[in-house]
Amino acid sequence: MAIRERLSGNEAVALAIKQINPDVMPAFPITPSTEIPQYVANYIANGQMDTEFIPVESEHSSMSATVGASAAGARALTATSSCGMALMWEELYVAASNRLPLALTLVNRALSGPININCDHSDSMGARDSGWLQIYAENNQEAYDNMIQAFRISEHKDVLLPIMICQDGFITSHAVENIELLEDDVVKAFVGEYQPEHYLLNPEEPMAVGPYAVSNYYMETKMGQRTAMNHARQVILDVAEEFAAISGRHYGFFEEYHLEDADYAVLIIGSAAGTCKDAVDALRANGKKVGLLKLRVFRPFPAVEIAAALAHCKSVAIMDRSDSFSGNGGPLGAEVSQALYNARSNVLSVNYIYGLGGRDIRVEDFEDIYSRLETIAETGTVVDQYDYIGLRK
Amino acid sequence: MSQTVEIRWHGRGGQGAKTAALLLADVAFKTGMYVQGFPEYGPERMGAPITAYNRISDTPIRVHSNIYTPQYVAVVDETLLEAVDVTAGLRTDGAIVVNTTKSKSDILPHLRGYNGKVYTIDAKKISMATLGKYYPNSPMLAAMVAITKVMEPESFLREMELSFQHKFAKKPEVIHGNMEALKMTFKEVQ
Amino acid sequence: MAITDISNITESSRWQDITTGNQIYGPGTSVAFQTGEWRTQTPVWNADKCKQCLLCVPVCPDSSIPVKNCERTDFDYDHCKGCGICAKVCPFDSITMKEGQ
Repeated sequence: MAIRERLSGNEAVALAIKQINPDVMPAFPITPSTEIPQYVANYIANGQMDTEFIPVESEHSSMSATVGASAAGARALTATSSCGMALMWEELYVAASNRLPLALTLVNRALSGPININCDHSDSMGARDSGWLQIYAENNQEAYDNMIQAFRISEHKDVLLPIMICQDGFITSHAVENIELLEDDVVKAFVGEYQPEHYLLNPEEPMAVGPYAVSNYYMETKMGQRTAMNHARQVILDVAEEFAAISGRHYGFFEEYHLEDADYAVLIIGSAAGTCKDAVDALRANGKKVGLLKLRVFRPFPAVEIAAALAHCKSVAIMDRSDSFSGNGGPLGAEVSQALYNARSNVLSVNYIYGLGGRDIRVEDFEDIYSRLETIAETGTVVDQYDYIGLRK
Repeated sequence: MSQTVEIRWHGRGGQGAKTAALLLADVAFKTGMYVQGFPEYGPERMGAPITAYNRISDTPIRVHSNIYTPQYVAVVDETLLEAVDVTAGLRTDGAIVVNTTKSKSDILPHLRGYNGKVYTIDAKKISMATLGKYYPNSPMLAAMVAITKVMEPESFLREMELSFQHKFAKKPEVIHGNMEALKMTFKEVQ
Repeated sequence: MAITDISNITESSRWQDITTGNQIYGPGTSVAFQTGEWRTQTPVWNADKCKQCLLCVPVCPDSSIPVKNCERTDFDYDHCKGCGICAKVCPFDSITMKEGQ
């Protein structure tokens, strides 16, 4: 039976890691993810789990050690945020191209500069093309649930890709909220034992990992990665279905909240989706046909599914918690717009940037966004494309 | 829509306003409520003004923004009255609780015209009398429970005793003092 | 035995036939990869002049000087790339470089 608890997002993920009891966790502290390895180290010291914890001297090393452990045949993961992930840059790509099913629990934080410790998505969005699976959470519950599903997805033989489990820095990582936990043995049975087909510590089969690939092999290798990413679509849905059977909580590529008959939609990732839901409820009470699409899986990107879910809407606000500085909005805006274009969608779309460096976004902000969407639909023109929400002007 | 109680805490780094907010979330959770307890984070600096928040509700809480129109405000350090606009957005049907040695009439002029209910509690006096040291946390927590009525004082005291027994398993001698601080607060808050 | 038969992975292989993450399963697959054809100069060993000092053996970057019973034998021309380091270190002029294969 579900265990009623109250935990911060960091505690929730650390607890999921305890229940998974992976083989190896190398880590280096950085705000706001520091608590995760801290809790895990405590669990290990208390004899509650037997993961090999490796304190390393940098994030370059933590990801290198995770890559090494995974290649050796271990179920391995690490945690980081922001500039810590930036220092892992090289290894992120190495993990993906070597097809190592390791995990990174990322607590999203703005990148420097200006130096800032608060939430935005510029760290993980910057790594969107590194070949990692990326799954985002609205709250502590989803961060916990996603962590428990992580290895089942990444280790699937059709996938074999590293997975990033993201949650919003401070907003969920440090907020204590109610949560329903699963029993240890239920998680253990769900996650299962990791049995890699090939691994470096197998004396029966010496092997080489990460050989040089000249031009004649490089693109073929990348096609393998892309294909694995496509395979992950079905695996993510299958694992979610199995997870629903043990938890009663249902997950897909995204959550649709009053979207079915909505004229005006907001598309968003992460904790602000919860705030948006309150705005949807308030506006629905006044007869406004508003809805929300909360994207959970960003990699692989469910382009076709998003376009289909938005097809009946008059206008949509694509909300980015990072700017790409392309002069053409943020990464989510670019990819959703592409999806809508390829589907020959008639939905008018606007791409707003919000919440950079922890800038708060309130229910009232979403109410204002929905009212802008109404105007856009009525006039047929999009003004303030790429607007910054909550900016002092 | 459900009734959600929103509380904002003002303190100084190191005084435990964040801890008090988390404790309140904790004890409200134990009485069956849905809770949120979260600090507004910046670089951590001892003595700098900090803000923490609580939402307590009988239905799941989804909103993840800060609290701008709280029903209740707790001021853990009276010197903040000058530095911070502690009554900003505070609903007039709500209340503010100030930890101070001063009287209510001395505090009122510092509240920028706030015309809702004002309560004071001398957490220092209570803490010194019951614990022999100045920990404003426990009295402030009890004061907020007394004022907000988010739970019955009896169930609050019962849950706090259990949590102290757990927290101070290795120094049970301080449990009694902490419990006395809570009980004394219920009598003293005015 | 190697599971990965690298002779089946060539520059004309389709992407579907490349191993996952380019991983190579099994040891010593470099033996099957004959780098000898890259050679433009070829070392020639004069066994009569050779004192079996074995100075040439450890400096060979391609492990192409086989040693049996503590004595070197003739070059492994399947893998020797003809770099000429062996000829340079030989104190007895027992290795000379000739043009071509």
